[in-house]
Amino acid sequence: MIGRSIGLSVGVFLTIAASVTGLVIIPNWQFRELQPVKKADGTQYPVPYFGEQLKGRGVYIDQGCIYCHSQQIRMKGYGADIRRNWGTRRSVPRDYIFEKPHQLGTMRTGPDLASIGSRQPSVVWHALHLYNPQITSPGSTMPRFNYLFTEMKSGDALPAGAFPADVIKIPEPLQTNGITQLVPNDRGKALIEYLRGLNKTFPLPEAAQ
Amino acid sequence: MSETALEMNPQGETVSRIEVDRSAEWVVTIYWASALFWLLIATLAGLISSVKLHSPDFLGGIEWLTFGRIRPVHWDTAIYGFGGTAASGTLLWLQARLCQTRIPFPALLIAGGVIFNVGVLLGSIGVLMGQSTGVETLEFPLYAMPLLVIPYVFIVIANFRMYFTRRSSHTYVSQWYLMAVTIWFPILVLAAEACTNLGAVDGVAQAVANWWYGHNVVGLFATPTGIAAAYYLIPKVIGKPIHSYHLSLLGFWSNAIFYNWAGTHHLTGGPLPAWTITVGVVGSMMMFIPVITIGINHHMTMLGSFHHLKTSPTLRFAVMGSMVYTLSSFQGSLESLRSHQEITHFTHYTIGHVHFGMYGFFAPLMFAMMYYAMPRLTGNEWSSARLIRIHFWCTLLGTALYAGAMCWAGIRQGQMMNDPAIPFLNIVAFTKPYLILRTVAGLILLSGTVAFLINFIRIVQPHKLRFVTPTLLNTERDYKMLLDKEKELNNDR
Repeated sequence: MIGRSIGLSVGVFLTIAASVTGLVIIPNWQFRELQPVKKADGTQYPVPYFGEQLKGRGVYIDQGCIYCHSQQIRMKGYGADIRRNWGTRRSVPRDYIFEKPHQLGTMRTGPDLASIGSRQPSVVWHALHLYNPQITSPGSTMPRFNYLFTEMKSGDALPAGAFPADVIKIPEPLQTNGITQLVPNDRGKALIEYLRGLNKTFPLPEAAQ
Repeated sequence: MSETALEMNPQGETVSRIEVDRSAEWVVTIYWASALFWLLIATLAGLISSVKLHSPDFLGGIEWLTFGRIRPVHWDTAIYGFGGTAASGTLLWLQARLCQTRIPFPALLIAGGVIFNVGVLLGSIGVLMGQSTGVETLEFPLYAMPLLVIPYVFIVIANFRMYFTRRSSHTYVSQWYLMAVTIWFPILVLAAEACTNLGAVDGVAQAVANWWYGHNVVGLFATPTGIAAAYYLIPKVIGKPIHSYHLSLLGFWSNAIFYNWAGTHHLTGGPLPAWTITVGVVGSMMMFIPVITIGINHHMTMLGSFHHLKTSPTLRFAVMGSMVYTLSSFQGSLESLRSHQEITHFTHYTIGHVHFGMYGFFAPLMFAMMYYAMPRLTGNEWSSARLIRIHFWCTLLGTALYAGAMCWAGIRQGQMMNDPAIPFLNIVAFTKPYLILRTVAGLILLSGTVAFLINFIRIVQPHKLRFVTPTLLNTERDYKMLLDKEKELNNDR
């Protein structure tokens, strides 16, 4: 009786040991040798996140953007990711070597963001879109992230530490409650920098097909 | 019964069912009461998330309630809060009954239940405050995780103790699944946390580990517990043995071998070598073997006994669970195919499937366990057959509406996304009516939960008087009369 019980326990243990080996340990061996590639101008791709972008990545994670946005482009002929202009090539493991934690995502309630930085480089667009998505994308179901901004009425003084260059004007027909201008706060600024930096368009050799 | 089995028993005496249930009363009731509390929280969090997806200004502009925070709280309270405690209560009671032993270390297990609840609470608050780790299904901040793992260690110890000191030399199929769960789950959590939040691996290898876990937390935790419950309850209620012992063996081992490879289909089309996805697709396809064998075993046992569904609350929920297990597993296997994923990956279809499985298969089987065991644990009977009927129909209709609306919307959403001529915001507009239907489905499920909660609160209250006969679906119950009589009794004294 004890023999059979131990047999059951060991057998059950082996089933999970097998998949840990196959799906956790082996993929890690396969990918951990991956290095950035050198570009012609001496810089490398990809680069580790640092400064504002690293901070902005933290905001992206704590706001839970991943539950509606993926960051991966499927290959040509499989879905319409490239034809929708979400990317120029399929994503490959090398694109993600500095992603910690990964933010691949599995949902597209909103569009893919793998290369949103190359598609939308404008600070003003990102600020208005995050502040109130209805300004840039009427009908969107994205939440407002108004708490990442200081709202200003005409004549209000700049918030402490902000520069005149940080001020974003809300287009006149879309102003409400007399709020005419916005200044992104620290987290807002960081998130915008992170989004503008998302760019997986650099042509990697292994992504050619 | 063999001599050795008698010697192995720590109490060294025969333990009757009543003694088993008495030893389990507090432990199991606390786990199941926690489960219902978290089910209510998870349902409310799910409803808020659901409304936000069609009306983004609902509770808008409030940071801690933003969609990206309340949505993970919904899933984590559902899988850990509800799933974890419902399954643990089921595991402890079933194992004690089948081993014919008292539940060991009751004080430790109760303490474990309290610690676990604190862990889920702290983790959820952490996510609402913006401390999510950003790893799906493992969002709870690291400080909450030990509180979820340590109580599980107690459960593992208690489970092994019961199993290795059992009174019967024979083991029942449910026990294999329960043993498997306690071996799989700690390995699963520790390996996944190590690879993601503790930083052992990065990049796409972390994504593979993440989805190995995300799929297995359902497949190697919720599913085996649900199957164990179905294997126990169906023959018990209708009084017939399981259709085939040999099929149960085949079903158990094929499930154990194939399920834990299936998770990578969540990354189909992603930046991974084709072999990782292929492994997931093969694993998912091979799942047809256990699903069909387990299905034959459950449904063939039921054959000829469907008339009991008219009266037995336990059986209704158990049969709903085992039927949806077959359906949702077929759906899941087909869903893993690359041609299917090209359309439905990244859409609401996946969300529909998850709820079909969790609320159509796992939750009803946990409810069935509670309907069966709670009268035996407390010595009271359910106070209202009508509330049970409401609970059942809300569970069935809510789940059907939810899964139907989301899966259909997901297929169309995916087809539209694959046509670059259709602007993205048109797709958003297309899904809105279905998202509203989902909110309706959520409200129906919430009503069922509330009905069950009322019955549950009444059954755990100490009563001087109690209903003597079991509450069947057609039993007339007058709870108010019982309370009035109790009052009279008190006044007489």
